[in-house]
Amino acid sequence: MSKPYYIEEDLKKFGQISEFQPELGKKFFDWYNAVFEEGALTQREKALIALAVAHAIQCPYCIDAYTRSSLEKGADEEQMMEAIHVASAIRGGASLVHGVQMMNKTKDLTL
Amino acid sequence: MATLYRKEHELASGARQIEVLEASDHEPFTRKLANLGMLPLKPTGIDILQVNVGKMCNQTCRHCHVDAGPDRKEIMSRATMQACLDAVQKGNIRVVDITGGAPEMNPEFRWFVEQLAALGVHVMVRSNLTIILANKKYHDLPQFFARHGVEVISSLPHYSRLRTDAQRGEGVFEKSIKALQMLNEAGYGREDSGLHLNLVYNPSGALLPPAQASLQRDFKERLLRQHGVVFNNLFVITNMPISRFLDYLLKSGNYEKYMEELIANFNPLAVESVMCRNLLSVGWDGRLYDCDFNQMLDLPAAGVSHIADFDAAQLMARSIKLGQHCYGCTAGSGSSCGGEIV
Repeated sequence: MSKPYYIEEDLKKFGQISEFQPELGKKFFDWYNAVFEEGALTQREKALIALAVAHAIQCPYCIDAYTRSSLEKGADEEQMMEAIHVASAIRGGASLVHGVQMMNKTKDLTL
Repeated sequence: MATLYRKEHELASGARQIEVLEASDHEPFTRKLANLGMLPLKPTGIDILQVNVGKMCNQTCRHCHVDAGPDRKEIMSRATMQACLDAVQKGNIRVVDITGGAPEMNPEFRWFVEQLAALGVHVMVRSNLTIILANKKYHDLPQFFARHGVEVISSLPHYSRLRTDAQRGEGVFEKSIKALQMLNEAGYGREDSGLHLNLVYNPSGALLPPAQASLQRDFKERLLRQHGVVFNNLFVITNMPISRFLDYLLKSGNYEKYMEELIANFNPLAVESVMCRNLLSVGWDGRLYDCDFNQMLDLPAAGVSHIADFDAAQLMARSIKLGQHCYGCTAGSGSSCGGEIV
């Protein structure tokens, strides 16, 4: 069987990216950890945003990590699915809104 | 759902649970404590007597560490309750935490609460809420609790129906909300009433709990907005890898990962304040334990074996019995019957 591109266990090795560039790695993780601390938004709200973005960018690692995180921070299935619908609506809407461009061009080109 | 006990499941045995917990390759909890110079772990006081008045319950929750349910018949007798009352006086214990099963199902429950209240002791009752609606004879429990100034502590795994029913059984959420409204009507959870109503959250799955303060805000906002329910505090607790939750972890293939997670989040600060250090647990038959979890694992306290032989000095000299399950109380912000401890 061929080796898959995405290996679940690799998520645990995320911290190892500092191995090749420690200074930037540290800066990234310090910032990353600060971002997810409770602030004007709760940790649950931040986890749900991350979950939605994870689906928008279709990152399997992030989907695993932020499904767990959303549940851990107290979100339920309904909230999680609504978050994904928000991401999907923006993705879908972003394609569809370009329809205006298509319509403009069409009007330019046609009688 | 039948209890593990009723199914004659191997995990109904405390000894078997300990075998399972010790079979994995994880660092022993005792070694972790030894490395911190905290072994043997000694009591700091006997501030709380936690009395488990029986395993009988109207619910069969999927995570229950007591393996309680309608098919359990073990309940505390009045004679054993009297021995608890004697110990409370002898040891000048100011807080009694009554748990179960559904403690209200013990026919001597009200008598016990009345005697404790007469002694001027602060009484806490761990009520599962649905019992209040289970039978007409329980409908006046909110007024009974209020009359005796009882602090009510109730499990509500989530402010949504889905998560609550998944863990505690179909229809539990709706009944719990109704019971909370009845408690509110009796004055519970209202700022100026002095009647405390605290809720307990535990994760519904192989997950660690969130920060207490943050989740409490969500609970307060949602319960008030959607159901008009108010309460005082939310206690966030970690599921112990024992009994039915251990069975779930093993069956779902989450056991190893969950233990790794608990161990990775081991917090030495939590060890300072674990509840076994200032609490004594009494089983339905009067036997003594360091905590309710050790009780369910059949790990008796060292020194004094029965509440009738209560001796504070001897109990204070004991060493607390530890095991791999103790990682559950020391992960992250720690966990106790009163929620976070760090």
